[in-house]
Amino acid sequence: MASNKKYWKSAAELNPNDSIVEALKHNEFTEQIPVDEFLGDKENLSASNTNRRDFLKYVGFSTAAATMAACEGPVRKSIPYVVQPDRIVPGVANYYATTIADGFDFASILVKTREGRPIKIENNTDAKVNGGANARVQASVLTLYDSKRLQGPSANGESVEWKVLDATVRAKLNSLKGSNKQIVLLTQTYASPSTDKLIAEFKAAYGENVNHVVYDAISEDAALNAYEAAYGERALADYDFEKAGLIVSFAADFLGDWQGGGYDSGYAKGRVPKNGKMSRHIQMESNMSLTGANADKRYPMTPTQQKIALAKLYGKLNGSNVGGGTSDVDEAVDKVAAEIKKAGSKAVVVTGLNDANAQTVVLAINKLLASEAFDAKNPKYVRQGNTAKVTKLVSDMNAGRVGALIMDGVNPVYTLPNSEAFVSGLEKVDLSVAFAFNNDETAQASQYVAAASHYLESWGDAQFKKGQYSLMQPAIRELFDTRQFQTALLTWMGTEKTYYDYIQETWNADILQGGSWNKALQDGVFVASAPAPVEGDASAAAPADAESVEEESTVVPIASAIRSLVNATSGGTELVLYSKVGMGDGRQANNPWLQEFPDPISRVSWDNYVTVSKADAEKWGVDNEMVADGGVNGGYVKLTVDGKVLEKVPVIVQPGQAVGTVGLSYGYGKKAGMQAEMATGVNAYALYTNFSDVQTVTVEKVSGVHEFACIQSQKTLMGRGDIIKETTLEIFNTKDHAEWNPMPHVTLNHQEIPVTSPDADLWDEFDRSVGHHFNLSIDLNACTGCGACVIACHAENNVPVVGKMEMRRSRDMHWLRIDRYYSSEETFEQDNEKKDGMDGLWGEKGSLGGFREMEDPSANPQVAFQPVMCQHCNHAPCETVCPVAATSHSRQGQNHMAYNRCVGTRYCANNCPYKVRRFNWFLYSNNDEFDFNMNNDLGKMVINPDVNVRSRGVMEKCSMCIQMTQKTILDAKRDGRVIKDGEFQTACSAACSSGAMVFGDVNDKESKVAQLKEDDRMYHLLEHVGTKPNVFYHVKVRNTNEA
Amino acid sequence: MKKVLYRHLFSKALGLSLLFSPISFYAQEEAAAPTEEVAADVAADTGGDAAKGKQLFNQNCAACHALDRKMTGPALANVETRLADDAGLDREWLYAWVKNSPGVIASGDAYANKIYAEYNQAAMTPFPTLSNQDIDDILAYTAAPAATPAKAATPSGGGDGGQSTSGGISNELILGALALVFGLLVIMLVLVNKTLRRIAEANGIVLEEEKQKRLPLWKAFVKNQFLVLVSVVFLLLASAYFAYGWMMQVGVDQGYAPVQPIHFSHKIHAGDNKIECKYCHSSARVSKTSGIPSLNVCMNCHKSIYQYAGNPEGPSAEDIANGYTNDFYTGEIKKLYKAVGWDEENQKYTGEGRPVEWVRIHNLPDFAYFNHSQHVSVAGIECQTCHGPVEEMEIVEQFSPLTMGWCINCHRETNVKVEGNAYYEAIHEELSKKYGVDKLTAAMMGGLECGKCHY
Repeated sequence: MASNKKYWKSAAELNPNDSIVEALKHNEFTEQIPVDEFLGDKENLSASNTNRRDFLKYVGFSTAAATMAACEGPVRKSIPYVVQPDRIVPGVANYYATTIADGFDFASILVKTREGRPIKIENNTDAKVNGGANARVQASVLTLYDSKRLQGPSANGESVEWKVLDATVRAKLNSLKGSNKQIVLLTQTYASPSTDKLIAEFKAAYGENVNHVVYDAISEDAALNAYEAAYGERALADYDFEKAGLIVSFAADFLGDWQGGGYDSGYAKGRVPKNGKMSRHIQMESNMSLTGANADKRYPMTPTQQKIALAKLYGKLNGSNVGGGTSDVDEAVDKVAAEIKKAGSKAVVVTGLNDANAQTVVLAINKLLASEAFDAKNPKYVRQGNTAKVTKLVSDMNAGRVGALIMDGVNPVYTLPNSEAFVSGLEKVDLSVAFAFNNDETAQASQYVAAASHYLESWGDAQFKKGQYSLMQPAIRELFDTRQFQTALLTWMGTEKTYYDYIQETWNADILQGGSWNKALQDGVFVASAPAPVEGDASAAAPADAESVEEESTVVPIASAIRSLVNATSGGTELVLYSKVGMGDGRQANNPWLQEFPDPISRVSWDNYVTVSKADAEKWGVDNEMVADGGVNGGYVKLTVDGKVLEKVPVIVQPGQAVGTVGLSYGYGKKAGMQAEMATGVNAYALYTNFSDVQTVTVEKVSGVHEFACIQSQKTLMGRGDIIKETTLEIFNTKDHAEWNPMPHVTLNHQEIPVTSPDADLWDEFDRSVGHHFNLSIDLNACTGCGACVIACHAENNVPVVGKMEMRRSRDMHWLRIDRYYSSEETFEQDNEKKDGMDGLWGEKGSLGGFREMEDPSANPQVAFQPVMCQHCNHAPCETVCPVAATSHSRQGQNHMAYNRCVGTRYCANNCPYKVRRFNWFLYSNNDEFDFNMNNDLGKMVINPDVNVRSRGVMEKCSMCIQMTQKTILDAKRDGRVIKDGEFQTACSAACSSGAMVFGDVNDKESKVAQLKEDDRMYHLLEHVGTKPNVFYHVKVRNTNEA
Repeated sequence: MKKVLYRHLFSKALGLSLLFSPISFYAQEEAAAPTEEVAADVAADTGGDAAKGKQLFNQNCAACHALDRKMTGPALANVETRLADDAGLDREWLYAWVKNSPGVIASGDAYANKIYAEYNQAAMTPFPTLSNQDIDDILAYTAAPAATPAKAATPSGGGDGGQSTSGGISNELILGALALVFGLLVIMLVLVNKTLRRIAEANGIVLEEEKQKRLPLWKAFVKNQFLVLVSVVFLLLASAYFAYGWMMQVGVDQGYAPVQPIHFSHKIHAGDNKIECKYCHSSARVSKTSGIPSLNVCMNCHKSIYQYAGNPEGPSAEDIANGYTNDFYTGEIKKLYKAVGWDEENQKYTGEGRPVEWVRIHNLPDFAYFNHSQHVSVAGIECQTCHGPVEEMEIVEQFSPLTMGWCINCHRETNVKVEGNAYYEAIHEELSKKYGVDKLTAAMMGGLECGKCHY
């Protein structure tokens, strides 16, 4: 029987009339629960009749529907051409030789296109000059697909048709014809014979008041003026560093962008020890540059000291007595002078000081030495900017003397230090037309914006160096309604001719000397045969005359130059502006690959910053520190130059920075026409007063903490000399390789055996003697750390861009990184000794304090670069731990990664001693959180169709470009032939113009890589681990032989 | 593969029965086939042999001329009469024109120049090898009355249909008879049983009833726990097996035959007309994709093949049932003209082409790399090995499962074609030594390694 017991819930129930009891019967919660706080719009909510059950029904139904839908494949369309172009076979890449000449970068290159889309830039190995594509040139293919590109011309912000723009411009130009107002063409450096001719014709058409002003954002004016004074032509002397035995550089960052760059290939060739010889490189500089990092001996000096040292060096070499100046550089000068004297004509001196006196002195020194590496006869034309003319233009504009201003390839509102003056002048110009790629600062300030074509959509030519020509041809039709400047000029001159016809005519008439146009176009380069013998004779016979004339004309300037150099004084802290390897002058700032590219020296991406020495940092109370999330933080300073202020510039403490100087790179802080994510850093051009890269600056600490995206927080090798093995030329030449490149040993049955011995192996060796066996050789002597390979790998392998915050969390996706290490003592050798000499925990030689000290780099450290990618170990630790066998080994030596098999346990990355595996933490394509090139249709056009775009939760890594090796094999099979050495390439080895990376088949005993593997300098990274990698390095040899 | 076979059993039988009737002709031959006899009669008038003329016409003229419509050159039906009426030109002029038309134009002949200008100044190829008699023959052919379109082939088609249905009926008859016999047998058994029981009853024999009540089978089964366990395990395993089988076919679209925007019949092109696959899919030789031919490739032939004439007996019953009449196919050719922007009237491209959006049949996932040239050019594998008998497919379907197991199997079994390929020489020699075999499979060459297809 059921119980009739009543259970009371509360005392209130005793009273049957209690209101609470009544209320509780109907409503469990008597108080109003504040649900509207999180439910939001209460009105709508109560009005809707979706209740909880309906909601669950919908959830259930949509889940089921989604599941069902997943069972059915989508219908995919295949759309063939209506008329297929002859040259295009779907699935087969075409290569075209072309040229980049964007005013900052000049190089002969090959463009790889797939189905008509340019997808990669390769080096043009036929080119004798500037045949190597640097990181920016490699990345320029992505700039073509910039989502912020201007898609058509506009007038005062309204988009118009080209006809309208043409009509307005022509009417205006015609009305200005013969008037006293100027028509000014403000352009980048073209170094183009056809454009020069065209502009001359334009001048002829519109009268004498046409004025062509060439403007380089980063000026080489001093060098151009010095060369012009000495040789009568506005150009730059060329240097062949391969021929140099001794390179003395006064702040010339010739491995970077000094005088247009392109010197790394020749330099690297001279740096590889051959027959016991290699070049010696001495660098005097204030910022730690890429060049300084590669030097055998580096003297940190302020620009003022450099000038004094240069003047004194000239005096020493000349035998004259140069008095005055401070004496703190004398010791260095003495040593250098002695070395130069010994090297004689093998020595070469270069300078990056933007000072006409310094440049004049350097030209004189090289002439005095009769330096073999110095080539003044065939100068380079890749910088032609004239700052005096630009300054005059700004004043003319403000005075109302300019009727029309047509700009191409320049962004003066952003790059001019006195941009306010330029903007106010621009308002006084009757007609302003800007050829612009993005809606940048100048485009916004101009009346008419002519959407400019990318160089991959344009025709053009260039003469990098006297007699060395290069042709630019479009690899794709204009993506948008854009036009190149030269075409517009032709239209405005009233001719129907295309610029293509114009170039062809120019070449056939003036350049080709009867050679074939088609062949020149195919090769991309043309070398004019040596000038007619008559001229040659003249130059050969005349030197006596010429020299005496020049002597007379230059003696006086030299003396005054020396005087002014030696009397240089500094007015306090010196700010040295420089260009970064990744960003250059900033014209490609909206390129995510370049933003994400870590600076080779600081390893910081997505930023610029002021570099200060440790001593100065302590003085100003700023510092860098590592914080809990693994990122690097830094303080801010305020920079004041001559009344101009940059607030809140983040600080990086830079080992090697000369005390009393700070550095800041150009190219950042651009805001207009940029995606918000890419608008990083501060604009250094604001401090570029009078186009001088050295400024007296006041530095003040300001509050705040800056979060850097620095991907290498550890700075030193901690005495682990076996990671980057080093030796000196002397030891290398005199001792057995067992001494400077020892093989690690392990103990087996109380016997020392080499770690490579089969007895020391847990595993059975797999037979790789049949077929191909790929190896990659990296010569640490030739590697300059330039990073072209990083971007090439990025482009080839569809590596995603992850953005600043992910980079900060060390979730960079680069398959190939270039590690940079500083020595903690003066040299790495001393680091090793210090570590080996440690004794006990405490005390002077104690390891506790000792290791702590070794974490800090020296004030003027040695620097070493080491490219590290997947080492493709024959006994790979990653393979044995993969629970799903997603990573496995091939008999060709490549460590395979099957992405579709990977479940993302990340065991492999944990077990990898080289830390080269990258995990896709997120979906980086089609994801608004990562709004870079893989998130828009335009940017996706750069994706390589032969390589997967990886998804979230998948491990990825260097594949040794298996798509490239497989293609090479297939091509050979199809042709029924044997593969020649050099055919096998990876993206990095193909991009390496310095020859540091050599890839090939070691089973082909004749191959270069097989010979390199037998070389005495060969070693494997972490050999003692016994992973037997297929990537090997060559011991870095430093030339420490002083005089 | 089995699935496909069953599905098409009936149509195959039909196809087989059809095999006896049709004989393939090229389109041009067919167009004129019914007129042949009539033409022969006219031959006497023109002094030429129309049958021979037809052959010569097809060999020499058909690329640019049709009888009844303008192509690259004018329509040629009754050309002689037309010329005589319009311009008063005789056969001698025609001889001269055919043998050396540029010469006639150069001579300043008014009519020749008019024609030359009218047809976009496309000079007619001179045929100096044709004799006057040949030209007579051709003219006889052109003078023959215009071809009457072939009557709808209902009778012959019906005949075919009858044949195949009679076969079906006979099968059913046999089955029916068998069923009847079986039924009779059952009835007889029951009757015999009854009779015997009645006899037994009559004789007083008491049939032993099975007194002992046996446990019902299902109860016995339930009681035997071991048996239950075994059967449950068996059932689970079996259902897992089938579930696995079902799940493995998710995403495997074998037999996928979508409707295409233009009904392109591989049967007509590759089967009836024996066009080599790689004539149209040329990039299969050099590229990873076999390439859907661009429309200009279609126009190589379809500039002159403007209609489908079908087989001489007319479409089969099956074709008619499917709607595949000659007019249907001709309509599809018009679709092509529209897409490629071909103005049939003026024999000109309008320049207003629109690419055809074909539905992709073979969808290999993006993470699998497959290269046609490796298989077609290097290994010399027939297209049909993977794509099946495309030349028999009216609508192309996915023939192979395109699963990884299917790829791997082939790589395990197929020998690499090393003969005459210098690339393989050294590698073949060494590998043969290593494995001790003469023939090498793709697997031995490393064809099973993950990274060969996944990167």
